[in-house]
Amino acid sequence: MFAGSAEPVTLDPFFASDGESFRVARQIFEGLVGTMPGTADPAPLLAKEWEVGEDGLTYTFSLEEGVKFHDGTDFNAEAVCFNFDRWYNMPESAQTDDLTYYYAALFRGFATGDRAEEAIYESCSADDELTATITLQSPFAGFISSMSLPALSMQSPTALEEYQDDAATNPRNTEYSTERPVGTGPFTLESWERGEQVTLTANDDYWGEPASIDEAVVVAIAEPKARADALRNGEIDGYDLVGPADIGPLEGDGFQIVNREAFNVLYLGMNQKQAPLDDPKVRQAIAHAINRDEVVSASLPEGTQTATQFIPEVVNGFADDVPTYDYDPEAAEQLLEEAGATGATIEFNYPTDVSRPYMPAPEDTFNVIRTQLEAVGLKIKPTADKWDPDYLEKIQGTPGHGIHLLGWTGDYNDTDNFLGVFFGAKSNEWGFDNQEIFDGLKEARGIPTPEEQETLYQELNRQIMDYLPGVPLAHPVPSLAFSPDVEGYQQSPVQDEVWNVITLN
Amino acid sequence: MLRFVLRRLALMVPVLIGLSILLFAWVRALPGDPSRALLGERATPEGIERVNAAYGFDKPLIEQYLTYVGALLRGDFGESIQTGRPVLESFTERFPATLELGATALLFAVVLGVPLGYVAARSQGRLLDTSVVSGSLLGVVTPVFFLAILLKLVFADKLHWLPTALRQDPRMDATHITNFYVLDGILTREWDASWDALTHLVLPALALGTIPLAIIVRITRASVSEVLHEDYVRTAEAKGLARGTVSRRHVLRNALLPVVTTIGLQAGLLFSGAVLTETVFAFNGIGQYLFEAIGSRDYPVLQGFIIFIAIVYSLINLLVDVSYGLIDPRVRAA
Repeated sequence: MFAGSAEPVTLDPFFASDGESFRVARQIFEGLVGTMPGTADPAPLLAKEWEVGEDGLTYTFSLEEGVKFHDGTDFNAEAVCFNFDRWYNMPESAQTDDLTYYYAALFRGFATGDRAEEAIYESCSADDELTATITLQSPFAGFISSMSLPALSMQSPTALEEYQDDAATNPRNTEYSTERPVGTGPFTLESWERGEQVTLTANDDYWGEPASIDEAVVVAIAEPKARADALRNGEIDGYDLVGPADIGPLEGDGFQIVNREAFNVLYLGMNQKQAPLDDPKVRQAIAHAINRDEVVSASLPEGTQTATQFIPEVVNGFADDVPTYDYDPEAAEQLLEEAGATGATIEFNYPTDVSRPYMPAPEDTFNVIRTQLEAVGLKIKPTADKWDPDYLEKIQGTPGHGIHLLGWTGDYNDTDNFLGVFFGAKSNEWGFDNQEIFDGLKEARGIPTPEEQETLYQELNRQIMDYLPGVPLAHPVPSLAFSPDVEGYQQSPVQDEVWNVITLN
Repeated sequence: MLRFVLRRLALMVPVLIGLSILLFAWVRALPGDPSRALLGERATPEGIERVNAAYGFDKPLIEQYLTYVGALLRGDFGESIQTGRPVLESFTERFPATLELGATALLFAVVLGVPLGYVAARSQGRLLDTSVVSGSLLGVVTPVFFLAILLKLVFADKLHWLPTALRQDPRMDATHITNFYVLDGILTREWDASWDALTHLVLPALALGTIPLAIIVRITRASVSEVLHEDYVRTAEAKGLARGTVSRRHVLRNALLPVVTTIGLQAGLLFSGAVLTETVFAFNGIGQYLFEAIGSRDYPVLQGFIIFIAIVYSLINLLVDVSYGLIDPRVRAA
């Protein structure tokens, strides 16, 4: 019995981009590539090994032998190609970001539609029963890593052909997507009672280590406090997204708290469309005015690391020698004076009614930073908005905001999934136009392997921290909570958490 | 009576048309749009444009409204933007939960409230009366969420008597026919399922029913004590009628009218109270769903659910009016 914060949206992971759908998908489906336990690094899963061609355009996967889908269909090279071709040939009606965000973001387009020109997938060939080769049109260093995303899991061709309709008005709601998802994972779907629960049964014929629990039930409890109450009362065995305030009391009562390694960043964004934020000195002053240690101790969970750049340390391209801005209120005042901005009024936007893995209590975080900024002589005009969609709309959709709190959780180990998202192009959020950074990120994206990307990304991190579009604050640790009876839960920074390894006393 | 009912039903049609226009305009006047809510932090301008085009949000409002009403007339309430499920389907799935919760809360409020109010009026000024009055005052001023948290703390956290979340233990292999879980258990003779659903109802129903209970107590007490001072009651008592007969035929019958009105109004208000209660107890009814739909600007769900609630509210009001006729013959004639 496990509680998430919401119901899954669909059980066909290809059409999902939310954590709750992925949580269930991880149990039913597997990708060609998995992750090393407890890290975000790629590891063999359905593919035993792979080889990358010289030009970074061909990937040859050797598949596990003797794997079958839940419906008895063989998992082989043909099944791999079936999946790749299905994704590439999505009907135009399914090419919107609410349905196929991940594929479109990674592979840049489909066979048809307005992005067909930019699509980087070319073809898949089944060389023999257990060898499949994928050919790309242009290099994509994140390719192997991205294969561990649940959205790109291997699904049964037989079941897809029979029960899925990608061209349906809403393919997330078809018979396949709600009743008959078929993968190779350690659990099979027993039933999905909408609005209530998803019930999974252990797959006895699983090719890997079979699950020791017979059944897993996932329910939705929206309120963090209500999830904690349900765990205490023995109604559930574990839950995700523990509120920072519940951690201490739960631990005190003998419950287990499991921390994931942070794979996220919380930052203070600055909109250069609003003066005086266009002045680098003012941005530096703000960075020097913030005491990150205090921000962490006052508003973020224990174990949270302060941030020096916009990616966490485990992500490729992390640089040890980026320009840093230590807490130094005097330097901040000095810089403000030089910029003629002493006593300037700055709008400070923050969201309410929300708890994100990277920002569990935004009101508290806001309060700490506000006090710190006022201490160096800035006037703060606080503006609070309800998170979704008001706040996001204002920050990402309009130029009408000053400094703001926001963050990001990475989906897989790819630097572009952080830096590219933030600074890849001109945006309302940051309001700056720095062609050097845009071009650098574009160039880095086109380099075929992560190893070759590393130096460029390190250079970009230095460049970004020198330009200082915002202040990276921290990498908050997301927590799970379990009853003392649960053993062996393997947490993962990218939430690649499969329940076959759990035992329940 | 039948004509009265039919006329009232016919009156609902223009009300619903007006409501549909207002609703349509209102949900679109909310800042932010559903495509932004759908894509969240991952939204890009192009992504939003594509979603808007896919759902027709880029068309003129009038055209969108006519398409919506056209579908409505065919009984098609559209599909949720968030989940892609037909609005009608989600409603029929979740409405029984709210109705079950609301009915239990109301039953608790009425069964306890009317006798308490009556007894208090009968013993006016004495200790019993004072404690009922001050107790009900406490009930009115206690916020629902606070009471909910308090109830959970005592009965779940400390005593472990009752569950804190959901409508039924998910480990239970219960068959669901009507989606009224207590009733389903009775129909299928799965007594343990029925009992389990009942235990899940207790705390939310107590939390939700307390304010109506307090109000019903106060109205009943006021109404009964007013009637007690009427001449006809004195006359009846002077005639030597048995106390029970006076209570039943003269006092209660006359005092009930305002009480029934209050109950009717409270029944309607239960829907708004349900939003909070359902969220705190993770009780999957329409309140919680509607609250989420406002956050995600799920236009079809908001429009559909509010129209359904308006229909239910009108029907409850009609029921109240009909019951006036049963209690008071003068209303029947009019």
